[in-house]
Amino acid sequence: MIAGSEKEVQNVRSATVRFAGDSGDGMQLAGMRFTDTSAVIGNDVATFPDFPAEIRAPAGTVAGVSGFQVNFAATDIYTPGDEVDALVAMNPAALKANIPDVRNGGVVVVNEDEFNKVNLRKAGYPEDYNPLDDEKINNDYKLYRVPVTRLTEDALKDSTLSAKDIGRCKNMYALGVAYYLYDRPLDTTIKFLEDFFGKKKNMPEVAEANIKVLKAGFHFGETAEMFPVRYHVDKAPIEPGTYRRITGNEAAAMGLVAASAKSGKQLIYCTYPITPASDILHYLAAMRHFGVKTFQAEDEIAGICSAIGVSYAGQLGVTGTSGPGLALKSEALGLAVITELPLVVINVQRGGPSTGLPTKTEQSDLLQAMYGRNGDSPVVVLAARSPSDCFYMAIEAVRLAFDSMIPVVLLSDGYIANGAEPWKLPDPDTIPKIPVRHADQSDLNADGVFQPYQRDDKLARPWAAPGTPNLQHRVGGLEKMNVAGSVCYDGENHQLMTNIRAEKINRIAKRIPKLAVDGESTGDLLVLGWGGTYGAITTAVRRAQSKGLKVSAAHLQYLNPFPSNLGEVLKSFKRVLIPELNTGQLRSLIRGKYLVDARGLNKIQGQPFLVEEIVETIDLMLADKFGDREFVQPHHHHVSLDNQSIEPYLGEPVG
Amino acid sequence: MATQEDVKLTVLTAKDFASNQDVRWCPGCGDYAILNQVKKVLAKIGSRKEKTVFIAGIGCSSRFPYYVDTYGMHSIHGRAPAFATGVKLANPELDVWLVTGDGDGLSIGGNHLIHALRRNVNINIMLFNNRIYGLTKGQYSPTSEEGKKTKSSPMGSIDMPLSPISIAVGAEASFVARAVDVDKDLGTMLERAAEHKGTSFVEIYQDCNVFNHFAFKYATDKSTKEDSIVRLEHGKPLIFGADRDKGIRLTMDGKPEIVELGKGIKEDDLLFHDENDERHAFLLSRLMQPEFPEPMGVFYRIADECYEDLLQQQVDAAVKARGAGDLRKLLYAGDTYEIKNPGEGVQSAGLHE
Ligand code: SF4
Repeated sequence: MIAGSEKEVQNVRSATVRFAGDSGDGMQLAGMRFTDTSAVIGNDVATFPDFPAEIRAPAGTVAGVSGFQVNFAATDIYTPGDEVDALVAMNPAALKANIPDVRNGGVVVVNEDEFNKVNLRKAGYPEDYNPLDDEKINNDYKLYRVPVTRLTEDALKDSTLSAKDIGRCKNMYALGVAYYLYDRPLDTTIKFLEDFFGKKKNMPEVAEANIKVLKAGFHFGETAEMFPVRYHVDKAPIEPGTYRRITGNEAAAMGLVAASAKSGKQLIYCTYPITPASDILHYLAAMRHFGVKTFQAEDEIAGICSAIGVSYAGQLGVTGTSGPGLALKSEALGLAVITELPLVVINVQRGGPSTGLPTKTEQSDLLQAMYGRNGDSPVVVLAARSPSDCFYMAIEAVRLAFDSMIPVVLLSDGYIANGAEPWKLPDPDTIPKIPVRHADQSDLNADGVFQPYQRDDKLARPWAAPGTPNLQHRVGGLEKMNVAGSVCYDGENHQLMTNIRAEKINRIAKRIPKLAVDGESTGDLLVLGWGGTYGAITTAVRRAQSKGLKVSAAHLQYLNPFPSNLGEVLKSFKRVLIPELNTGQLRSLIRGKYLVDARGLNKIQGQPFLVEEIVETIDLMLADKFGDREFVQPHHHHVSLDNQSIEPYLGEPVG
Repeated sequence: MATQEDVKLTVLTAKDFASNQDVRWCPGCGDYAILNQVKKVLAKIGSRKEKTVFIAGIGCSSRFPYYVDTYGMHSIHGRAPAFATGVKLANPELDVWLVTGDGDGLSIGGNHLIHALRRNVNINIMLFNNRIYGLTKGQYSPTSEEGKKTKSSPMGSIDMPLSPISIAVGAEASFVARAVDVDKDLGTMLERAAEHKGTSFVEIYQDCNVFNHFAFKYATDKSTKEDSIVRLEHGKPLIFGADRDKGIRLTMDGKPEIVELGKGIKEDDLLFHDENDERHAFLLSRLMQPEFPEPMGVFYRIADECYEDLLQQQVDAAVKARGAGDLRKLLYAGDTYEIKNPGEGVQSAGLHE
């Protein structure tokens, strides 16, 4: 701890800090540095970056506000936190957009210099109103006015940097103040700034300026008589090991590279840029030394079609996209189904329909992944549940695709794709090899004929790569005769092939792990989830369990096929609650397949669940308050039993 | 059972490239002539069945892969160039042929065609142009002439047709040619296309004798043929006509005009064909019936690097610069840190590349 601090230090178990500013203010960088420092000193951490939808939203407006939230704790945590304990707001728009999320009594640090007439107007505040002078705000929060812009300029008055570059250092001042408030050391950040700006970008003056400003911010906290208390969060009891901070998109890219190494197949990632999946392309494009080829196709359709071409030619074809892109890929995905080729499609879900909310998270592509094609066209559907889980599920997607000669859709979402968590790095030698078998001369029948739709016990057909003598065969979108593989319009054969395509998926259920239950294996309530809601559900259920409630959680990573014991698990609980960031897509699958009266908590606000929303719903369900409602929705951070809430928005009837 | 060695020793004939599937085009369809030429060319240039892949989209012509005993994919409508690109990225050693039509390649798949051409992946594209939708039984296509009456244009098509060759030249294609299904030069064009390293594009006038019979009669009928086409030869003047007495020259303001040889006009006054001149190729692509004879042969050809080679070069360069990828290094790069026994010190390993 830095000496000279005589102020009161309060010990807290966890805290949530949000950095908010204009998209050019460097809030993501500040947030990530804060995260790394917290992880390095031994806290458990979870983050949530929130980007503006418009890249070029006018500066200073609410639409242009970018935020980064980090939750750090002395205990295990799984979510970036419901309420904000401390907000750093770099301008009026950032304050306006974020202050509703700050808890009562929470800390609000503002860059006072930016609260001028022009910026207040841009943020949409009324004329002659300044929130900093608002009595209610001053009463409800601990408001600290720091002249960040001026003090940054002062700290750099001898610097040779341009005024613009000096302005860019403001985020480090704010970060320094935050480090002071939460009793964090500066060394990790200083080392980062030296390495990143100094060595990697070869701009030592920029590194030096940033370090200077960071220290100035910290010392301001120390010396100014402004902050009566500072907070301390102890180390969490984290398993020993080597860790790094990882986002879901990074993890997915690494998982694909690992799968390529473990299968001996070249990874060729064919895709078209789309938010929030593009980072997977960016990471893989930098991995040519692994033999990885990336192909930026002319559109989504060409992305998947070229990936299928890769698979047909005997390598690892993968495409990545987000919701609208998956819609464009659906016809080609059907071709992969009927040609029975291995293919991995990663869908990083975002708010829909149509272009929807491109930068916001949602889980509303489950049914699209399951059914969004013409004909009976089943694919394997997997879902990662956390940023680091994207690594393991990407490997699993490749394994199943090769194993069963089948396309696999891996669902991620904007929240886990961009959110980060500490990841205890696995020993790469312990990741199992992925067996691959290509057809060879032993696949010719007694007459020396190759039969491309011959099947093994998994019902997989042989993978014959072009270039192999005597195995010439034609695949395509027309129905094929089983075994022989010639074009076949026979009705009985079509029924057989349709059944085989479904049965291939059923047989996969025997080769995947059973669904694990977190908590007792029977009880009053099962909270069933899938995908990126894992953290919020787990936290909420553990909280309910600690109150003595008979609540357990189970989280699906396999959605098609479902784990073989899912029916049993569902029947072991009196009630089933399925929280989803959609209108009930898993719920309808579960009700349809298992005839279970599952109820939903459905949030479609572009934001992840707050733990509190799930906790409240658990209480409602256990108190049998649902009645015959199939689902409830949260409103303003509270769960409402009134789902007919479109009424207030309908206005007066006309006529 | 044939081994790899036996395969290498066998000399293949056109017949060897026939698959065991019945060919199902309408009797008299121009596709038959093209299929026969293709099989002959494959035999002639020494193609190996196992190294050859035919990829097609959807349409009458796109059934083609089923009829050759090579690897093949009858894919989805318009997307064949994307599948072919994927195949070449995965295995640049394969000989990839693409079969498409005027609807498949220029309407639903126009985007993919353009981008395949500009990337210059080493594939051979054959576009069977019959100026009609055959498989869906006779609607006008992007190459149907204005005013064409079809089932979907009973009062005449009001769509402006496009020129596949102009599109190809405009899309930075590195090899552009045209031939007629029943013409003697088709084989030569296909051979030259196969020889070319990079994307080759051959437009083939193809007679759909059910829905658009005689669309290219001018180019196939003995009595009109040599007056309606001009055969391109690199470095030679553009001369045509049954008696080779007509030629094309440029006016003072650069416009093409037909002239009769003799009467004071010498061969040297004519336009000379230059396969390596893009602007010249575009000009030729605008010569259309009935005003002009339509050029046949290689319009344009230029040596350029192939996409798949450039990509492989990047892989090689990255391996050379950074060493072959190591999974452990990849995982343990970035800002890693050690958590020792709970409660003990923690240290940052810092930023690694
Ligand atoms: S419809 Fe026309 S193009 Fe199609 S097979 Fe028959 S003749 Fe050939």
